[in-house]
Parts: sequence; C-alpha cells; structure tokens
Amino acid sequence: MAAQVTYMPDDAGYRKQLAARQNAGYRWQLFFLGATLVGLVVLVVLLLSILNQTFGLIAVRQKIDPATLTNGRAMTELSAVELSDILETNLSKGKLQGAFLTLVTGTDIDRGKLGTEPLGDLLPTLVFAEGLGAKKFTELTPEDLGQIIADNTSQDVLVNYVNREVVGREVLQNWSLIDSLFNRAAIEQLVKDKAEGKGFSNTLTAAQLDEQKAAFASAHLEMHSWLSGEFLNEPNSTVASDAGIRGGLIGTLWVISLTMLFATPLGVGAAIYLEEYAKDGIFARNAFLKRVNAIIETNIRNLAGVPSIIYGLLGLALFARLLLPLTSGAIFGVENGRGNTILSASLTLALLILPVIIINAQEAIRAVPRSIREGSYGMGATKWQTVSRQVLPAAIPGIMTGIILSLSRAVGETAPLVVIGAAVFLSKDPNGPFQPFTTLPIQIFNWTEQPSDQFRAAAAAGIIVLLAMLLVLNASAIILRQRFSRRLQG
Amino acid sequence: MSQNGASKSIEIKNIDIYYGPKLAVKDVSLPIYTNKITAFIGPSGCGKSTVLRSINRMNDLIPGARVEGEILYKGENLYASNIDPVEVRRRIGMVFQKPNPFPKSIYDNVAYGPRLLGVTKKSVLDEIVELSLKQAFIWDEVKGDLKKSGLALSGGQQQRLCIARTLAVEPEIILMDEPCSALDPIATQRIEELMRELVHNYTIVIVTHNMQQATRVSDYTAFYSIRKEGTDAQEKRWGVLVEYNQTQKLFEQPEQSETADYISGRFG
Repeated sequence: MAAQVTYMPDDAGYRKQLAARQNAGYRWQLFFLGATLVGLVVLVVLLLSILNQTFGLIAVRQKIDPATLTNGRAMTELSAVELSDILETNLSKGKLQGAFLTLVTGTDIDRGKLGTEPLGDLLPTLVFAEGLGAKKFTELTPEDLGQIIADNTSQDVLVNYVNREVVGREVLQNWSLIDSLFNRAAIEQLVKDKAEGKGFSNTLTAAQLDEQKAAFASAHLEMHSWLSGEFLNEPNSTVASDAGIRGGLIGTLWVISLTMLFATPLGVGAAIYLEEYAKDGIFARNAFLKRVNAIIETNIRNLAGVPSIIYGLLGLALFARLLLPLTSGAIFGVENGRGNTILSASLTLALLILPVIIINAQEAIRAVPRSIREGSYGMGATKWQTVSRQVLPAAIPGIMTGIILSLSRAVGETAPLVVIGAAVFLSKDPNGPFQPFTTLPIQIFNWTEQPSDQFRAAAAAGIIVLLAMLLVLNASAIILRQRFSRRLQG
Repeated sequence: MSQNGASKSIEIKNIDIYYGPKLAVKDVSLPIYTNKITAFIGPSGCGKSTVLRSINRMNDLIPGARVEGEILYKGENLYASNIDPVEVRRRIGMVFQKPNPFPKSIYDNVAYGPRLLGVTKKSVLDEIVELSLKQAFIWDEVKGDLKKSGLALSGGQQQRLCIARTLAVEPEIILMDEPCSALDPIATQRIEELMRELVHNYTIVIVTHNMQQATRVSDYTAFYSIRKEGTDAQEKRWGVLVEYNQTQKLFEQPEQSETADYISGRFG
C-alpha cells in the first residue's frame, strides 16, 4: 500500500503560510483604515475652509463717524423715528424719495402712478399718519417722507440703511479667519500701506487711486461674521456686505415642500403598485405583461441614474413651456405669463427624485417578511387590508429612508433649476407656486462667480445655511422615521 | 367511509397542484372529518404542506400556483369561480410553521381579524381578545400586559398567540403547518394539549414531520410520498397520497409497504 498522500502543507509550511495569510488581512485592514481616514480628513478640511471664509477681519470705511449722528449712543439703540430723523436731516429730498421707494413701496407698484394717484389708494396696506394718505408722492415734503418711513419700516432695516446711506459704511476688503487670527499685524500693515497708495493694481487711474487711498486712510479693521441674522433676513444685493440669503432660503423651502408633496404620493403609490399588484393575477400568467413589467422596472432603475441636467431640459420643455398655462398659474387666474416658476421647479425636481423614491420604497416593501403577509391573508384579510395594515407600516422606515435620501438630493440640485430659469435677483420674496424662484445652491453658485472676494465669503456663509438646512430636514425626517419604527415594535 | 358517525368537513377530490408548469402534487383525494385531527405526514418534498395550503387557498398567493380538481367544503367547490379566497381563509384559518405574530401588541394581534371584519366596538373586541387568548391557553401568561409587543413573547407563547389570533375570527377549520417544528419539547407539549382541547369545537388538519406527534394527537393520518420520473438533470418529482386511514390503523397495520417502511424509519 502506498504511503498516504497529503495535499495539505506540513506543520512548518503551514505556520509560515498562516503568517502570510494573516498579513494579507492586516494589509487590507490598513487600507480600509486609510480610506476612512482620508474621508474624514477631507470632510474636516472642507468644513474648516468654509468656516475660514465665513468669519474674519474686514476693513470698513465710514464717511461720517456714527457717534456724531447719534450723540454718542449706539445706532442700534435708536428708535425708528430717531433713525428716520437722521435720514431727514442728512439726505437731500431726492435721496429721501429714493429711500422711500426702496424702504416703503418696494418694487410691487406701478411707479408711473406715483405722481397721479393719492398714496392711500396706491398703497392700501401701509400705515399713514393723518392726511398723508390723501397726498400724492410728488407732493410729499421731507418731513412727510420721514414720517411715512418711520411708520412703515422696521428698526433694524433702518439701521442698515442709515449705515449705508448716511454713515457711508463700506467694506473695502476682507480676510479669512486664519489670516485674521494669526496674521493680524500683516493685515494692519497692509491697510496702512494702502492708505499710502502702495499695493494697488497699476491699472487704476489717478483719481481712483486717490479715492482708494482716502478710503483706506479712514478705514478701521473689525471682526465680522458673514453669517448673521441680517444675512438670513436680507435679500440679495450687488454689494456683498449687504447681500442676504433670504430669497434663496424661502425659495428652497417652497420648492422642496412642493417637490415632496408631488413626489412622495406618486413614488410610494407606484412602488406599491409595482410590488403588490403588478406581480400576480394576470401579470403572473401573461408572458407579455411580465415582460412589460420587467422593462418598466429596469427603466426606473436607469432613470435614477440619468444626469440631472437632462431632467432640467425636460422640465424646461414640458413644464416651463408646454404646460405654461399650468405652471404660470394662468388657468388659476394668475397672470404673469412666465413658466420659470416655483411650480415648474418643483415638478422637475419631483420627476428627478421619483425613481429614487420608487426604488427605495420597492425595496422596503419587498423586505417585509412573507410570514407577515401570510399571517394577514390567513386571517381573511383582503389584499388592500394586508397592504395598508401590515405591509406599509412595516415598510415605512425603509420608505422614509428613500424619501430622506431624495430630499437631500433635491435640496442640493442646481443644474436643472438653472436650465428651467431660476432667478438670481428676486425683487420680492416668493410667496406662491407661480412666482419666479431662486434657491440656496443657485444663490451660492451665483456668488462664487462674482469677482469680489467678499462674495466668496457670502457664499461660504450661504453654504453653512444650506448645510444647516439639510441637517435640520434630515434630522426631522430621521426622527419621524424612528417614531414610526418604534410604534411598530409596540 | 364515515367512521364513528363523523361527518366530512372537507372533501378533497382528485386534485393536482402545479407551480407554473411544474407538477407538485398529483391526484390527491381524501376526506377531512369534522371535529377530528387529521395529520399529514411524509418525507420532505412530498407535497403535504402544498395540499394543506391549497385547502384555504393560500397557494393563490404564490405567483403561478394552480390547483386542478375540487375541494368541497359544505358541498361547495372552494375553487369555483364565484368563491372569494378571502372568505375561504376566514372560515379555514391557518397557523404557520414559524410563529409569525404581527409587529403589534398582543391585543392588536388578536383583535386584527375581528377588526378586518368590521368589529370596532371596544367592549366587543375586549371580549373577543380575552376569549380567544383563554381558548389558546395563553391568557394567564399575558393578561397583565396586553399592550406588550407580540414579538416580545417566547417562541411557544408566540405560537399560542398565533392560534388565539386565528380563533378570534371564529373559523371552522384550523390548518397547522408544522406548528411545533420551531419549538422546544415543553412548548410542543403545550401546543399538543391545546390541539386536543380545541378539537372539541374545531376541525384541525396538521402537517408534521414528527411521527410521534402524529400518533399522539391525530385521529386520522394521511401518508404522502414522492414519485420520480426521468434521470438526474431532467428528473421530475411530484407528491402523491400513498395511504390514508385512522391513525391507529395506519401506524399499526399499514396497508402499503411504503408506509410501513416510512413509519418504521427505513427511509425519509
């Protein structure tokens, strides 16, 4: 009989080989650790660079010392009446009329009628002191203008306006947080140099150079947060330090709410149909229908991967153009004749996220254990009773996950909205589905395109707002999901 | 063959069951007697569960499943076109192999069936829940905390909860698909006692792998086996009913040699 053949290594060989096998494992483990660390580092760097741009020193020039206007009190302590008095005494009548138009009337009204109709008829929502409502705009004295401004403008808006128009507050230059903290001396030196005319680009004319020199000579440095209450509450502006995100914030909230309103019922409904109804009965017996089903499912998966700009083109052609009467609100009696509205944007984003919602909801429904369905059917439940009382409640956490994912995607989407025709400057807040719109990412994108460094800082502040909003939306969705699943566990 | 004057609750007549094009069970005929326990035994893959699930049309839920032949219940063919399977399943309840309480409270588990049928009055539901849990011998263990999740119970308790849940819609027949296979011996014993108790009011059909269990609890036993045709890759297998008799007779004097081989442990 031949010696027993062994195919396994001997003891020494085995030990050596085992070490090699273990080492291969360690190398992979090291790689996985590295991958995680790289991700973490990138994330931290990203956050830091955003924070770095959001806060920092600014060089501010003021034409008049505000203390001389306010008798030494802080501007923010003054009442609206006192502030409007400052406007009255320091601005020409023409500028005061300009202030009136900016602060009080807004852009909603037909300015042609200002000279011909009494203000009370033209602006019925405003507060007018006795007799003023009967006057026409052109008849108003500086005192009248100041009175109306004081009665109809909030104090903080007036503070800003006085700062800009009377004090002549202007941000000349800004620095990042890291520079501001660790290089303050260099920054101070730079401001001094500029006051002496050094360090400017040589393309400036002599007059411009003189103006800049004077500006820097009267400038002081102060620490500034580009993210502030005013930033959240102000509309966009051509001056970076006055620009706010309000329009984008409100626009995003409108667009996202409507998107979810359209996409959730459609997506979940389609998923229920595809999973629960399109799989048995005639669908199971008929080979053609089975095939159609498979094609539909494959294509939903493909649609989830279609670049978003293509959805933008579809939205432009379908919603903004073809369905203009619907999206402009014409059939609801709104007459602005434009298709690039909040409704168009919401419908486009709804189409964009529909496949994601459907796929996730399908997975969630499929994951509901067979035993639960059988238990329900076994008790004499109808199909709909089983779906509504067992399958859907059990699938809701998974469905919610899909909705959360798609929500995040929709909030950050820019390209399709640009294609549809998102506005950058909104003259007033969007307050309905048939209004032109802007969103946070579009606002941020626009700011990063501006040549001024200051807009970059505003963009960084905008990014923080966008991230915070995403965080809030996601957190609330997750809390909602957890409550659902806890209720399920009884 | 009406023994002991018992009446037939169900009459299965020459049924063939298919999954898609595949024949799963061929030509099965047997009666199910009222207020008796009928056990289905046989090796894995012999189609005993398939026959059981065809009695309350649970097989309809599997895409492509098809039953040919008749299953008569009170003289009516359950597979006639005018019969709604929902109605069938409410009359012929089912308990599954793995305990499958709904992810709800004990109370809601039992109240589920009555609520499906439109019972909404709290006092009526309370009564149904208590009665059903008592019938399933689980009331004393859970009465203190009906709000507790059904999933928090032990395996044996879960299975008794599932039985209580089935009883709540007042079925006439209860089908049990290996109800003890996931349970320990003590929990199994309790379920068996429960079955002997329930059979006074219900007709029970049970599929079991455990021949001792069949001898312990059942009045009638049906032995199924497998028939093969073709070779290896193209082999076709289907289940057939080999022998059906009173349990005692089937185990003590089997008529077929295949039955004798199986119950003596020579195969399967």
